[in-house]
Amino acid sequence: MGLLSKKEAGLVLDPLADNNPITIQVLGICSALAITAELKASIVMAVSVMFVLAMGNVVISLMRNIIPSKIRIIVQLVVVATLVIIVDQVLRAFAYELSKTLSVFVGLIITNCIIMGRFEAFALANGPWRSFLDGIGNSLGYGIILVIIGFFRELLGSGTLLGFKVLGDPIAKTGLYSFGYENNGFMIIPPAALIVVGIIIWVQRSRNPSLVEEN
Amino acid sequence: MSLKNNLHNLKEKYKGKKMAPAFNAIHTFLYAPNETTHSGSHVRGADDLKRTMNTVIMALVPVLLFSMFNAGYQHFGAINGFSKDFSLVNDFLTWDNFWIGIIKVLPLVAVSYGVGLLVEFIFAVIKGHEVEEGYLVTGMLVPLIVPVDLPLWMLAVAVVFGVVIGKEVFGGTGMNILNPALTIRAFLFFAYPTWMSGDKVWVHDAVKLAGGPDAISGETILGTLAQNGNMTYSISDMFFGFIPGSVGETSTFLILLGGLFLVFSKIASWRIMLSAILGALVMGFIFNGIADAGWISEGSKFYSLMSFESWKHLIVGGLAFGIVYMATDPVTGSQTNKGKWYYGFFIGFISVMIRVFNPAYPEGVFLAILLMNVFAPTIDHYVIQGNIKKRMKRLKNAKVIEVDSSKSENLKAETV
Repeated sequence: MGLLSKKEAGLVLDPLADNNPITIQVLGICSALAITAELKASIVMAVSVMFVLAMGNVVISLMRNIIPSKIRIIVQLVVVATLVIIVDQVLRAFAYELSKTLSVFVGLIITNCIIMGRFEAFALANGPWRSFLDGIGNSLGYGIILVIIGFFRELLGSGTLLGFKVLGDPIAKTGLYSFGYENNGFMIIPPAALIVVGIIIWVQRSRNPSLVEEN
Repeated sequence: MSLKNNLHNLKEKYKGKKMAPAFNAIHTFLYAPNETTHSGSHVRGADDLKRTMNTVIMALVPVLLFSMFNAGYQHFGAINGFSKDFSLVNDFLTWDNFWIGIIKVLPLVAVSYGVGLLVEFIFAVIKGHEVEEGYLVTGMLVPLIVPVDLPLWMLAVAVVFGVVIGKEVFGGTGMNILNPALTIRAFLFFAYPTWMSGDKVWVHDAVKLAGGPDAISGETILGTLAQNGNMTYSISDMFFGFIPGSVGETSTFLILLGGLFLVFSKIASWRIMLSAILGALVMGFIFNGIADAGWISEGSKFYSLMSFESWKHLIVGGLAFGIVYMATDPVTGSQTNKGKWYYGFFIGFISVMIRVFNPAYPEGVFLAILLMNVFAPTIDHYVIQGNIKKRMKRLKNAKVIEVDSSKSENLKAETV
């Protein structure tokens, strides 16, 4: 990569697989369970987190030398809260329906452990450009899992993808439904997301056994 | 050459190859392997895991046969009306009834075994270990706890889910936390609720005929009671099982026989069965008391179920089946004798509680057993800790008596 040095590329690429915030660090699980019943909501959530995390990392990184360490958590919270409010207002203005679907979970980005985790672990000790890349990388890693979960839950649970009836119409009995296929109601409820996350973790670790923790 | 030798040769041929576990499984399922030792001081027990599993299946065969007749009996009874003077031979044990069982119940059994064993074989080959026997019983239980009209592909999907997520991810037979058969039922229940609950699915063709001029009812007794409806079945109908319900859960009589068989062959724990019955009765008595004391009005939506005599809870729905065949699963239940009492008691207690209080789940047995499966290790932990504490206390209070040094023993601890 010409644009990024090898180490900088690692900041973006590592969290996608071998250091994934959800499947390896097991952070940010709550939102992964709550809003992944539809692919669209997953994508919007992933983009929102990307904005908050990348911008937040940059802001914290810029302020890292002037934040007194005793009150750093409060400062971090103020930064996240500001960014989350921006996301929330933008969603309400331009995608009202979707912001209703996401409801409190946009506000709850504040409590997403990935964000505070990256501030603490990375932004406080690194320059703005690297922090930005780290934010992009981690939110991409988060987003990719959200999209995978959302894809399977929407496809199996509602028979749609991004709202398109890819498997046919369940009421008019077209496509797959004409053979007696039915949507899987289990996939709509949050416990299904937990199982999908579990399967992703299983597949990932059996492909790369070095990721398995020893206990 | 006999079949046994053929199988043995096949096994030798594939030894060390990837497919070896599959052939070993077929061989050892049908015959005692050739490699058993024939001399020396070994204890040779006949009750290995396969025999244990087969004993449970033997206990299930009468239930399965009954359910095949009952599938037809309920179907024709709902269409033509049940005859007033019921005779077992003329009305129940007929070829017509059995035929419905063959075309509706046997496919469920075949799909359950076919898909489940296929998954087991695939996992054995991938992991390179022997095929485990765990699915032999699960495969027989599953068709007996689903509605008769369940589409076969749904059963197949659920079996794959149950075996993989319920059992294989934990490490296979003997390592699972949840009863695989009930995991399969729970998956079906939440995934396809229209096929697993309601007032139509329990009698063959009730779904197909619904809405038309020939519509028939497929309501279970508990479903009727949950809606404060009138129940027309007699107590002997309930006990002998001539009622609608999941395929094999209806005949308390045959389940009881199977249960006695399992208790006397020492396969299943009588402690769990007895305490579960007690738990159900206690909860039932409490509800009866509330209804009798007039604390809830007759118009209340819980009234019918609350005033339903406590002992009748044992002969309707899947409680008996769950207690005898599911709760006693040695892997997922409590292991300690004292723990078994608590474990069983709460299964009965919670089952009846869910039945009465949750109209969305007129049948709570499978949820109660799954819940207690999760708690079984905790119960065992506290039983063991309690035992350790008791013994530590005994040791602390023990008096050490000095004895003449001339005797062979110097110290003797005496418990107080």
